[in-house]
Amino acid sequence: MGAAMSVWEVVLRSVAVLAAFLVLPLLVGFMEHKVMAHMQARLGPMYAGGFHGWAQLIADAAKFVQKDDLLPTAADKGVFRLAPSLALIPYLVALAVVPLSPSIVGADAPASAVVVLAATAVGVLGGLMAGWASANKYSLLGGLRSAAQLIAYELPMVLAVASVALAAGTLSLTGIATEWRPWWLLWQLPAAFVFLAGGCAEIQRPPFDMPLADSEIVFGPYTEYSGLRFALFLLAEYAGIVLMSLLMSVMFLGAWHGPWSGPLGWLWTILKAVPIAFLFLWFRNSWPRLREDQLQRFAWLVLVPLALVQLLITAVGVVMMR
Amino acid sequence: MIHAWPAVVLATCLIGIGAYGVLARRNAVLVLIGVELILNGANVLFVASGATVSVPSTAGSVLPLFIITIAAAEVVVALAVVLLAFRASGIDVTEKS
Amino acid sequence: MTALDVALVGFGLLALAGALLAVTTRHIVHAALWLVVALGSLAGVYLVLGAEIVALVQLLVYVGAIVVLVLFALMVTRSPIGPSRDHATSPAHRGVAAVIAAGLVALLLAVLLPIAGSGAVTRQVTSNRALGADLFGTWAWPFELLSLLLLASLVAALAIARSRAVTGKEDA
Repeated sequence: MGAAMSVWEVVLRSVAVLAAFLVLPLLVGFMEHKVMAHMQARLGPMYAGGFHGWAQLIADAAKFVQKDDLLPTAADKGVFRLAPSLALIPYLVALAVVPLSPSIVGADAPASAVVVLAATAVGVLGGLMAGWASANKYSLLGGLRSAAQLIAYELPMVLAVASVALAAGTLSLTGIATEWRPWWLLWQLPAAFVFLAGGCAEIQRPPFDMPLADSEIVFGPYTEYSGLRFALFLLAEYAGIVLMSLLMSVMFLGAWHGPWSGPLGWLWTILKAVPIAFLFLWFRNSWPRLREDQLQRFAWLVLVPLALVQLLITAVGVVMMR
Repeated sequence: MIHAWPAVVLATCLIGIGAYGVLARRNAVLVLIGVELILNGANVLFVASGATVSVPSTAGSVLPLFIITIAAAEVVVALAVVLLAFRASGIDVTEKS
Repeated sequence: MTALDVALVGFGLLALAGALLAVTTRHIVHAALWLVVALGSLAGVYLVLGAEIVALVQLLVYVGAIVVLVLFALMVTRSPIGPSRDHATSPAHRGVAAVIAAGLVALLLAVLLPIAGSGAVTRQVTSNRALGADLFGTWAWPFELLSLLLLASLVAALAIARSRAVTGKEDA
């Protein structure tokens, strides 16, 4: 990023990030519809838009906009209204610093790996606020569960990112991806696993969807939401998948490294992210939900020790290669 | 170019507000919020000193990192105590069980 | 006033407003949420002062972990929605607290303002590389001590939370 960016460049970059932020989650959402359907031997949406129901989510959005925006009488109104935006906007900030290629990045921050972690950590508050402000015991239970889960899984995630940052010798995502070598696939494998599991828990996707757990606490923090605000929470969930997949691609799969990486680097980054997004959908269809105690046990007794061991392996590797 | 005094005033006011919070609140968790504000006042002072001294030094960034770590440790223990006390008698710090 | 000064004062005022509301609001959970506003604005202040890592760690650890823990505690202790006067102190009590706090501010200002000086100085930006080198060089021993502290607090919190309150009414 040059020292003096023109106003036009700033506007162009912002618009591009916003467009990616609005389009990519919808693509993932559609992918989820279709993948889930085919895994369950169904066809999924087939009518909206004509070709294989590609416009289903647009139709859904139109439906959500028309719905009544309900507000529980006992709710804390201001917090209740604010929560969906607070859940969504940090993902936008995080997406802005994720590079698709050395030159294609919304805003190249020197410590972008930490920016991403900080942004997702703030996004957590949205769900908490929703859970508390709804004045509903299921929402409150969901809020408590998400607080406990997010604190437990943030630590191994930070450690996993620390491992790649240590290996690359930089906190910048662009720098990490530039330093990446194919054998890191093996070297950083535990960290990649920890990050995948932690990321899945951070965006509360199954099997880590205890805070939502629709078969026991209705829909957790989102129980009382309807209409556009509910749609914002759904969008945040898919934006979370997009962000985590792109981060996996950039930090662990070598982003733009591949044939013709010069002009087609961005395509490689996205192509590597797609299978990860598919994994998130696959998890949902294959695995039962973890119970709360299993969830905590998995975080503290499996992921944290694994991340610490990985950090040790990385440190030894870095020292040996020097 | 930057002036140092706005940051100093900010730090001082944060410490004052935090002290008020500690003194005027009876809910144990809200007392903790006051403590956090005081710690942040100290952090602002450190960062501001690091940014405005004539000789470059990283201490202005290192010490706030340490304070944030200590704050995390403090909150963890304090909240464990609060939860235990709540189970026994309630949230009020001045109440005797 | 330079551009940096304007940004500093802007974030600072936001932080002060958030802090003031955090210690005065009658809505218990709102206090924690105003604390988020204050801490977030302070991250902005750190950014303006050229301490990028401190700003990010502030968001990651303070907002992402400490405030989440505080909110968790508030939810578990069943904080009500809406204003609550159950644990309010008397106006006299608050008045004394305000006087003491004001005295503290006056004392600190009297000491610190002369040191700060009134002229504009060049802002020192702390580079991440220099910070890392010093953190694990000059400050290595305090750093190790901190890790001990964290371990101790982890064990302590676990021990406290696991012990049963013997005198308590079992309603939690």
